Amino acid sequence: MRYAMSDRVLRIGLPILVITVGVFIWHAVVKVFAIPPFVLPGPGLVLATLMADGGLLWNSLLVTLLTTFQGFLLAAVGGIGLAILFNQSRLVEYSLYPYAVILQVTPIVAIAPLLLIYLPQPLAVLACAWIVAFFPVLANTTLGLNSVDHNLLALFELYKASRWQLLWNLKLPSALPQMLAGLRIAGGLSLIGAVVAEIAAGSAGAGSGLAYRIAESGYRLNIPRMFAALLLLSLAGVAIFFALSGVSHLMLRRWHESAIERER
Amino acid sequence: MHGVGKTFERGTVALDALDFEVREGEFVSLLGPSGCGKSTALRIIAGLSTASEGVIEWPNGAGQIGFVFQEPTLMPWANIAANVQLPLTLAGADEVSSRATITQSLQRVGLASFADAFPRELSGGMKMRASIARALVTEPQLLLMDEPFAALDEITRFKLNNDLLAVWRELRRTVIFVTHSVFESVYLSQRIVVMTSRPGRVFGEIAIDAPYPRDERFRTSAEYAGFCRQVAETLGKAMATGGAP
Repeated sequence: MRYAMSDRVLRIGLPILVITVGVFIWHAVVKVFAIPPFVLPGPGLVLATLMADGGLLWNSLLVTLLTTFQGFLLAAVGGIGLAILFNQSRLVEYSLYPYAVILQVTPIVAIAPLLLIYLPQPLAVLACAWIVAFFPVLANTTLGLNSVDHNLLALFELYKASRWQLLWNLKLPSALPQMLAGLRIAGGLSLIGAVVAEIAAGSAGAGSGLAYRIAESGYRLNIPRMFAALLLLSLAGVAIFFALSGVSHLMLRRWHESAIERER
Repeated sequence: MHGVGKTFERGTVALDALDFEVREGEFVSLLGPSGCGKSTALRIIAGLSTASEGVIEWPNGAGQIGFVFQEPTLMPWANIAANVQLPLTLAGADEVSSRATITQSLQRVGLASFADAFPRELSGGMKMRASIARALVTEPQLLLMDEPFAALDEITRFKLNNDLLAVWRELRRTVIFVTHSVFESVYLSQRIVVMTSRPGRVFGEIAIDAPYPRDERFRTSAEYAGFCRQVAETLGKAMATGGAP
């Protein structure tokens, strides 16, 4: 019990200590060397900018988050759906899997400009978020569906389970841990996809997401706002990660080893 | 089901012209060294794999089959009640009508108070009990058991042996029990089919005509020791001839 307590204190306390020290050094360096804000703004100025430009940045954050969320949702549906389809039909898997891989290994930064030509800008951003995010869901779910316990498969066969029962009662629950791991990766990646596409679209001017704000502030040498937007973006990433980890933990805590604390 | 005759042959690899009969309500053990194809034989009987040669005859129809694997093979994401319910769910039975059957099946193996527990919260012996409860929930005519207690410690194993016999005496279903333990097979069965290895075939049959109920007194009796010696000798001969064409 005491061990668990002190471990928890360290887990939360140490990162806070590190960031406090880091921010202080950052502040000191800017002060001591009198660095002008357009080269490196101090933490105080970044925070002040965040407050001052709060409304603008907040709206942009919402735009980016909405894209991220939509991309994530599509990736989840697409990835899981495709994995189930692959699992049901070997022919479909053989025909399509190589192209899923190709889509994944081609850098999204290179695809984004092309998508922006063919699709209206919001749709292109969404497509980017989807392309980066869906593969880990597909790959992990496929792995999960294929690693079902062989004896349990035999048991289902013995009781003459239908294809649907096999999928619903055995394969999907058994693939859940891997599926959730894929979704956790996809959450972060769809944010990255959205940001990459917004940056690529930046010069097109129509965008108003957070990444677009960063690009725009860069052109205007508004470095403090760049930092403020970046801060928001990484906070959003952290929030997504924690939200998905929490969901995963809730769904697995009763039965999966990964979510159960080891007894000592 | 009245006197089941089974003849199956399977290539040269696992089973070679395996031939034996099981009567209704009988407790038969398949005994042999590991790799003699006992499990393969069991899987063929269950219909989980097909015989390449020969046939299995079911004079009175195949009926329901229960199967207990070497591992408990429970679904880790479902609690014990849901695990036991599985065969009923797959057969399309509704929740309400299944409830009494599940409770009864859990009571039979002494797990009634663990219905809501998850498999990982149970000991190895209790998981195996749950696995047996699941096999019994459909009231199968034939119960196939593939070295179910091999991974358990001796104390748990003895306990489960006794409980299994009690269940068998209550339900009077046919049991085919695969094991590599001479002592376990003698303690449990009415008849032991001794197999040779590579290729698996029947070497001999030994009737254990000691009366039931059998308990710890039987386990320590001279009669039991005598049967064990007899079976062990047969198994020794079977292993000596094993590998011959």
